[in-house]
Amino acid sequence: MSNKKAMSGNQIDRYRRRFLAQSAAIAGAATLGGGLVLTRVAHARPADQAVNSDKRWGLLIDAGKCANDCDECVKACEMEHGWGRGSSDEQHSSPEQKAQWIRKVTVRDRTTGHETSLPMMCQHCAYPPCVDVCPTGASMKRDDGIVQVDKHRCIGCRYCMMACPYKARSFIHEDLHAQKTESPRGKGTVESCNLCVNRVDRGENPACADACPEKAILFGDLKDANSEIARRLASEPSTEIRGDLRLDLGVRYQGI
Amino acid sequence: MVKRYGFPLLMILLLTAGAPALAATPLPDIPKAIKGEQCVEDTGFMRRNHMTLLEHQRDDTVQRGIRSKKHSLKHCFTCHVVKDDDGQPVTAEDPRHFCRACHDYAAVQVDCWQCHVSTPEPSATSVKGVQP
Amino acid sequence: MKPTTFREISGDSTGYWALLGLLGLIIAAGLGAAWYMEHNGHWVTGMNNQIVWGMPHVFAVFLIVAASGALNVASMASVFGRTAFKPLSRLSGLLAIALLAGGLMVLVLDLGRPDRLIMAMMNLNFMSIFAWNIILYNGFFVIVAVYLWTLMERRGNRFTKSAGLFAFLWRLILTLGTGSIFGFLVARQAYDAAIMAPLFIALSLSFGLAIFMLVLFASYRGCGRPLGDDMIIRMQRLLGLFVVAALLFVIAYHLTNLYAAEHRDVERFILDGNNVYSGLFWVGYVLLGSLIPMAIAWFAPFRASLGWASTAAVLVVTGGMAMIYVIIIGGQAYPLQLFPGKEVSSSFFDGVVSPYTPSLAETLLGIGGVGVALAIVVVGIRLLKFLPLSLEDAKVDPHYKADKV
Repeated sequence: MSNKKAMSGNQIDRYRRRFLAQSAAIAGAATLGGGLVLTRVAHARPADQAVNSDKRWGLLIDAGKCANDCDECVKACEMEHGWGRGSSDEQHSSPEQKAQWIRKVTVRDRTTGHETSLPMMCQHCAYPPCVDVCPTGASMKRDDGIVQVDKHRCIGCRYCMMACPYKARSFIHEDLHAQKTESPRGKGTVESCNLCVNRVDRGENPACADACPEKAILFGDLKDANSEIARRLASEPSTEIRGDLRLDLGVRYQGI
Repeated sequence: MVKRYGFPLLMILLLTAGAPALAATPLPDIPKAIKGEQCVEDTGFMRRNHMTLLEHQRDDTVQRGIRSKKHSLKHCFTCHVVKDDDGQPVTAEDPRHFCRACHDYAAVQVDCWQCHVSTPEPSATSVKGVQP
Repeated sequence: MKPTTFREISGDSTGYWALLGLLGLIIAAGLGAAWYMEHNGHWVTGMNNQIVWGMPHVFAVFLIVAASGALNVASMASVFGRTAFKPLSRLSGLLAIALLAGGLMVLVLDLGRPDRLIMAMMNLNFMSIFAWNIILYNGFFVIVAVYLWTLMERRGNRFTKSAGLFAFLWRLILTLGTGSIFGFLVARQAYDAAIMAPLFIALSLSFGLAIFMLVLFASYRGCGRPLGDDMIIRMQRLLGLFVVAALLFVIAYHLTNLYAAEHRDVERFILDGNNVYSGLFWVGYVLLGSLIPMAIAWFAPFRASLGWASTAAVLVVTGGMAMIYVIIIGGQAYPLQLFPGKEVSSSFFDGVVSPYTPSLAETLLGIGGVGVALAIVVVGIRLLKFLPLSLEDAKVDPHYKADKV
């Protein structure tokens, strides 16, 4: 039995090596070929390569541009990941039980009455409480800073939901049938914004960032000093929500 | 006499009667892939090891962001599709589904379809928006 | 003094079988409820994405906390040298195991994917206090079982003292771990406090003793075995002491929070709100669960009465459940502070107090856990020698003098 397992493991390694060699050759050819068309490919990580900590993905959200009655980012997320209006599921669940990966929050100053509207989702902490408390390691942070749930390991204890200061996580309260291919989700596990990890791995922006009509959501690599997000964060003021908790958030806000 | 040979005789009788039944045990009717002659690995290898490949790929994809197509669950359904009378791909809820054909036979229940889609992607996803 | 004689209960009365049958029904109802919840998904419960832990967790946490407290009766003898408690050690250990088993069953059956539990145990994340608790709880079973063996097996007797001490230390750490489930939650106003851990230890002492008293009284009454007045008084007083200890921690917790302006709102919500939590706190925990049992413990008219001692224990259990409900549900009902000092609103119930109505299913699951705990005790005392034949004062107290009372 164990012998068989070892054999199949070796075989997999062999295939992997061959595959790596092939893709290295292709990547090499592409680099030699050069040209404008290929800059995008160069930005996107090859599909067979693991993410690493050279990058840290993040968002800069300008609440000053965010209109009170607009929820295009929420809608885009619903369509991308198949929840809320993007799905025919969750018919039994009450509004309190339905999943919400991103939501519009209105913040009102008690003394001045000033109102700000902003989208709220997983803040992709560098020190995520949800990852600390998860007994099985299902709640995880990728090396590139994306925090998500590995639903294969999630036992549905909901401790991460107790621990998240942003109420970013949802538990699925019933059987689902109409999932999206790229966003598997199901009963009895916890889920949340994963910064559209499926799109990011293809070299695209998260759906919310693309959908915002005001371009108020900027996505990029916080560690790349030349990226627009890093340049703006360096030169303009920004805040972290509940910055007092010192979680070092990947999502930062302006205009609040 | 009966006391002495009764039991072996009975066994022989039962075995000979049972042999045709054994030979006639139906094998699973595995649906043919809609395209290609060769799977991503040898058919025999796939039969024995597809679960290992899928599990490896699953951890690699979720935890390390490796999205090579070869051993991905999504990629299986580019070829292994069974269509119903209306020409629509059937889901794993249908016993005709590629995975179901063997898994029902072997009585092995898998946990994939609680979350994953069991049919090919309807269309290629949009390639709108490029990372800065 | 002659060594205590332990004997299995006969367990052939109609009453015994009726009790076992009733517990069987309760367990069946709990398991049925769990199946119903797992089959349909948690939408059939009152729990949701705002109140993520509900009635099952109230029962589970109460039982687990009480489990470690139940072991304290044994520790009184093995660690603190109070020989009068020695005859109770075996029941104390059995009850501790039983309560923990009941609590864990509830906790596990409420999981979204209980089928994956084994896999979860093989991939523990040691940053998680939950993962540590899995080890602490399983270890508790083993250690208490070993302790029971040293008590019940002649060859093991010489290890009783060290096993008892080790079990006592383990149970302290276990309750620290349970309290820290809440203490480590930086996100929520009502938790995020180091005092949660010692508070849970203090609560465990009274919860555990109260349940122990009820089980002891019921089994001695049921079997017609003698129970001395001094024993009742001793337990009554000890319960009073434990209740005071817990109350002091609760007071310290709330005073500290009231002192800090940032926590005043959540304190007002729990202590002075027009809601079920304030009612449960003041009437349930403070009045019924603390003040009245204290009065019963120390005022002469209630002394040495099995009835009053049982009343006190029932009240402590009731008040304890109320307190755990306030901690778990109340702590979640109070909205998260996304923008401290500002008002927030959203489609996801930000800034509003979340309502929670437990469903029948989740309540039955919780009660099923109590059923499991009691059934283990009821079966245990029939199969093995857990109960002393007599707890007459002269038999347990070497210094007993008949004219004292």
